[in-house]
Formats: sequence, C-alpha cells, structure tokens
Amino acid sequence: MKGVSFEGLRDAGDPAELAVRYRDEGADEIVFLDITASISSRKPIAGLIRRVASDLDIPFTIGGGVAGAEDAKSILDNGADKISLNTAAIENPSLVTELSDLYGAQCVVVAIDAKRSASGVYEVFGRSGTSGTGMDAAAWAARAERLGAGELLVTSIDRDGTKAGYDLRLLKETTGRVNVPVIASGGCGRPEHFLEAFREGGCDAALAASVFHYGELTISEVKEYLSARGVLVRR
Amino acid sequence: MAVAIFDYGVGNIFSLRAAFSREGVESLVTADMGSVREADALVLPGVGGFASASSALPKEEIRRLAGEGKPLIGICLGLQLFFEESEEGPGAGLGLFPGKVRRLPPRVKVPHMGWNTVTVRKRDAITDGVADGSWVYYAHSYHPPEVGDGLVATTDYGVEYPALVRRKNVVGLQFHPEKSGAAGRRILRNILKELV
Repeated sequence: MKGVSFEGLRDAGDPAELAVRYRDEGADEIVFLDITASISSRKPIAGLIRRVASDLDIPFTIGGGVAGAEDAKSILDNGADKISLNTAAIENPSLVTELSDLYGAQCVVVAIDAKRSASGVYEVFGRSGTSGTGMDAAAWAARAERLGAGELLVTSIDRDGTKAGYDLRLLKETTGRVNVPVIASGGCGRPEHFLEAFREGGCDAALAASVFHYGELTISEVKEYLSARGVLVRR
Repeated sequence: MAVAIFDYGVGNIFSLRAAFSREGVESLVTADMGSVREADALVLPGVGGFASASSALPKEEIRRLAGEGKPLIGICLGLQLFFEESEEGPGAGLGLFPGKVRRLPPRVKVPHMGWNTVTVRKRDAITDGVADGSWVYYAHSYHPPEVGDGLVATTDYGVEYPALVRRKNVVGLQFHPEKSGAAGRRILRNILKELV
C-alpha cells in the first residue's frame, strides 16, 4: 500500500507478488508499510510475512502497527529482517532500546514522518501523519540512533505522493546528525530524485513506491541512470 | 537430503530454512547432537551473540564431527564461531580456524548492513558460476580475522576481511546467502552440491 500524502489510499496489488516482481526487477530491499495501521489498531499480518519470507531472498522490513515487543517478535519469527517503528517509537521510546538490545540494531528501523512548518522547522508526526509531536525531525533522528535504531526511514509528509522529489533539506538535516544509514522517502517521481537523495541528501538508500507500483519507472532504468552517473549500484 | 540447523535458543531462522527448502533440502532446527549426527550437514546460523551461542554449543562434539568429515556450514555469527574467540563477548569459539573475531573499525557505519561485493581470491567449487564482484547481503558488526589457505573470497568494508572460507568439509560465509538474491542462491546450491 502506498498513499498520496497519507490520504486517498489506493490498493496497489498483492504485496507478496509485488515483492517478488520487484526482486526480479532488481530491488535491493523491500519495505512493507501498513501506514494507517496504528490509527486503525491493525496488527501486521503473520501469514503475509511468512508468505513473503518463503519466496523472497532479499531483505525486507515490516512496519505499521508494531506496538510492542510481542509484535516485533512475531514479525521476526515469521521471517522479516527488520521491524520499522514509527508511532510506537514516539509514544514509547524505550521500545527501540528494548528491541535493539534483544535483536540487534540491524533489525530496528525507526521511521520518521516529518512536516515542514511555516517557520521552516521540520516537525515529527505520529499516527499516520495526523498527530504532531512538537519534536524536531533531526533531533528525533539523533535520539532514535542513541536509543538503538540501526537505520532511519525519513519521509516527508509534504512531498509524499507528489512526485516533486525528496525533501532534500529534511534529508540533509537528518543525515548530518546521525551515523546510521538513512533511507529517503516521500516525493520520488524521476530517476534524478534518487541521485539527489544520495548526492545532496547524504542518504544511503532511497525508497519509492507509487512510481514503481503504477509502472511510471522501472527499477532497472533507475539503476542504469544512477550507474551512468557514477553511483555504485547492485546490478 | 536434510540439514540440521543448530538451535542456540535465540533468533529467527525462518528465512534460512526457506532458502534450503527452495533448494529441495529439508531442515530441522535442533540442539540435540543425536539429530545432528543423523543429518547430512550441520549449519551454524547467523543469529544472536557470540557469548550466548558459544555457551550453547557442544564444542568438543562439533569439532569431532567436523574432523570426521561431517559437512559444517557457518553463516555470519556461525562463521565467527569457527575461530578461537571474539571481541564481541566472552567464551570460546570452536577453534577450527586460529585467531580472534574483531569489531568493524569505527571509520565505517556499524553494523554493516546492506549489499556489498565479494572479491574471489581462490577458485573453488563453491564459487562456481559466481562472478568476481558479485553482490551479497551483510548484517554484522564483527568480522573474521585473516585466514591462511582457507580463504576463498573477501569483502572490503573499512577493512578487508574473509567473506567466504573453506577447509575441506568446513565452509563459512560472513554474508547471508538466504538474503543475497541470485548470487546467494548460487553459492548455497554450490555448497550443497559440493559438500552434502
């Protein structure tokens, strides 16, 4: 599932089948986010995770509705490589530390949804972008790293679904504060947006959903574009 | 064909079992040495920490089995357990290879998490069909020390370290073949064909 600015969600097809298709097209990693799970009190689906893990031989992350250690255990036991925490990390930061200690930092991704305020400050939002926290995105990123996050998934709420490009200032502010990999998210529409996320945003990876789901870009053309511009990509 | 995946009592091995299953190989997860002896190979998986895994392993018996020619496959932490000790924590490894497992240097992001290339150092049946520079998937904070003639492939991440080692029936992989796409599939298939 992939939303447009967190509203008007459209069904993009069977997640497990899509994952295998993207693997075959060259995706390096798959992230499954049920982005409205927390506000709907939905739990990650064990059956789906097992089905994905049986077929997929590249790493994948599960996020959305992970509320506590039990949810995380179920996700990892069913074959996921990483758990993504968003609302749960905001409301219960010690969960990040608990899971990091238990499973290792490499299993724990903290997803940060940020919105730019009129004054130019990036504020972190929880509950699918509906609940402002008053926290500054880069400061929260640095704290998430200290809490034990092994990776950060940074999404611009403003850019999500717009195809106008990643919010490079948000990414730059975040990557400047942390020493764990940062994944750019929200706003990707063209191959050059990936390049910008790496070169200007300082990111280690970039995530795109709608452009791939709706066939506007293929993973291989993005990789070809990046490779031709000197970015080392797996091919 | 059936392999025994040693159960240290922690962690997720679903993906590893799925990878064996895709190759038509049954797997059981066990800490019972009777079952291990009956299996066609023993796999030390890559989950958990060095100290807890070390204390769970019946080291003397595993060394004996390896000496008798039982195929032994170590993945990630499983490979690190082939060595004598580790900076990660107390406890002894199996000592099948000399030396101490080291923490990745501070100049790179730790854990090393993601895709990286392998450089093939020695032609071996387990790298058959695997191009030099192939991409494999890593998730680790510690790396094996230098190995002499057992070295098959290396990876460079802040420091160059063994990615793939082999001594007869003993094979270790620092990366996760079950998460390494086509290259991982090929290497796992080669290992099963060659050893088991």
